[in-house]
Amino acid sequence: MKLASIKKRLPSGRHWILSGPYLWLLVFFFLPFVFVAKISVAEAALAIPPYSDMFDWLDGVLNIRLSFANYQWVLDDPLYLYAYWNSIRMAFWSTLLCLMLGFPMAYAIAKAPKSIQPVLLLLVLLPSWTSFLIRVYAWMGILKNNGLINGVLMWLGVIDDPIQMINTNFAVYIGIVYAYLPFMVLPLYANLVKHDQSLLEAASDLGAGKLTQLLRITLPLSINGIVAGSMLVFIPVVGEYVIPELLGGTQTIMIGKVLWQEFFNNRDWPVASALAMIMVIILIVPITLFHRFQNKEIKP
Amino acid sequence: MSKHSRAQDEVLLSIKNISKQFGEMTAVDDVSLEIRKGEIFALLGASGSGKSTLLRILAGFDTPSSGKILIGNDDITLLPPNERPFNMMFQSYALFPHMSVEKNIAFGLKQDKMPKDQIADRVSEMLRLVHMEKFARRKPHLLSGGQRQRVALARSLAKHPKLLLLDEPMGALDKKLRTEMQLEVVDIIERVGVTCVMVTHDQEEAMTMADRIAIMDEGFIQQLGSPVDVYESPINRMVAEFIGSVNIFNSEIIEDEEHYMTLRSADLDGDIYVGRGVSSGIDERQMLFALRPEKTFLSIDKPEQSHNFTAGIVDDIAYLGGHTVYYVKLKTGKIIQCFLANTERRAERPNFDQPVYVFWQDDAGMVMRS
Repeated sequence: MKLASIKKRLPSGRHWILSGPYLWLLVFFFLPFVFVAKISVAEAALAIPPYSDMFDWLDGVLNIRLSFANYQWVLDDPLYLYAYWNSIRMAFWSTLLCLMLGFPMAYAIAKAPKSIQPVLLLLVLLPSWTSFLIRVYAWMGILKNNGLINGVLMWLGVIDDPIQMINTNFAVYIGIVYAYLPFMVLPLYANLVKHDQSLLEAASDLGAGKLTQLLRITLPLSINGIVAGSMLVFIPVVGEYVIPELLGGTQTIMIGKVLWQEFFNNRDWPVASALAMIMVIILIVPITLFHRFQNKEIKP
Repeated sequence: MSKHSRAQDEVLLSIKNISKQFGEMTAVDDVSLEIRKGEIFALLGASGSGKSTLLRILAGFDTPSSGKILIGNDDITLLPPNERPFNMMFQSYALFPHMSVEKNIAFGLKQDKMPKDQIADRVSEMLRLVHMEKFARRKPHLLSGGQRQRVALARSLAKHPKLLLLDEPMGALDKKLRTEMQLEVVDIIERVGVTCVMVTHDQEEAMTMADRIAIMDEGFIQQLGSPVDVYESPINRMVAEFIGSVNIFNSEIIEDEEHYMTLRSADLDGDIYVGRGVSSGIDERQMLFALRPEKTFLSIDKPEQSHNFTAGIVDDIAYLGGHTVYYVKLKTGKIIQCFLANTERRAERPNFDQPVYVFWQDDAGMVMRS
């Protein structure tokens, strides 16, 4: 009997299976995060690795040095603050653009005949089968001064000199919206396809036209999909590095780019880590909101 | 159930030669009907009989392949649902999940651009009508099945529709609640005085609620009449078997006179004597004799009458509380049903494998051609 009660407390099969993902998160997410947090409170040094030790054992005394100077440095410099602000602003507009493009797409797919829905979804996903980087390079080819768009426009005689598109915020928006659109379309589709058709019939029966049906029934009921899609776009775009680096110009200051420069160009690991920590803290707010909405969706 | 009929003779809605094809399949086949002002009209049929399609055509969700729908002299066949003066209570109620009870009821009124204070008055009037005042601010998912139905009914009545459409009104309720709600819904509909067309597969529901019933099968209306008509005088085998239980015997006419008729069936020992003239001027000798189980008597002793009886053996007994169903095996092997009302507690009753006699009165059975 005693053995049985001990056995009950031992990890069961369920725990063993769950331990896999937890272990993964621990090793590849939590531990690196702890390293970054540790580096962010160190001081830059000419050493390998290029930062000071946190622990120092001297004459039987354990010294722990936590330097918050990096945080102060970041928060005092308007350039960094502008980079955060600009990242959030660009992520906001990109998300809005994705929503405005993605909602009609998801709606059309959800309303399409059941038999062709998988094909349409596949078409949304198909570009992702090519490497992300290659697709961004392709956009460079399309947008650059001697690229596809300018070439065609000049050949048609619409313009005489090429329009500067590459290395502008415009190009960054195009790249981001293009790359993140599937993340908006898929959750919206998953939400819209579940909608009960009889609700629209009921609204129509009660005198509502098509527009009222969309605004009063479909839109309020898809709010969870809108929030899920927006978070899936907004959060990664804030930290996006590749697209602003390749398509953006000098005026495109986003936190991902600044982080890279601090880390690799300036080799200032502690400041780069502090930048990353602040970004995580900023992103925790929308992530928490996202989870609140997700929980709401589970209990209707 | 007999009921004081409030139906007037004035025709509200005419359905003229409506047909609906889905590809090769004909769902509704040349149906013509007149709905009278103030009546509750039931379309009764099994699934796939075309009754739901006909209702959707009335609501405007489907357009008929041919035929017309008229209100008075106005052709509304092609009018979209939001412009029809009809409202529907949906099978699963289709309440808007993101709106409270009062918002649900107010939805249709808002579409009519009714002033706010009038909407509020109308909503509270509707809530009182269905006894849901206390739940005005609840969301639908916090309501029970019966409460949801009340809200759905209030919502569909709020706009004073000329015609109320009910799609399987009790389909989502359990049996006990269903019986309660049937009477309550009829009571509310009668108080409001709205004309009503309902679709159901449940014959009890149709008979409880409706003034007239149309029995549909394969897109046709097989029979149209009051509940008593369709039950006591079914025109054919399909109707007789669809509504209630029935024993049907193939039989041959022996005598066919003005005031009576005699038939003979291989299944039965005695001749069948029908105490009324039925089929004046029919050449065909083969007829169906249909006998409802509750109109039979069961005894252990041979009845005194020389006709309308047969001998058999009790094959099975189903005690249902209110009545008992006896399955009696006849000499040909045919098994017939007899209901025995349990008017006495624990009375002596025929038992399994006991020889019994089944008999009935001269006007108990129905004679049908097909």
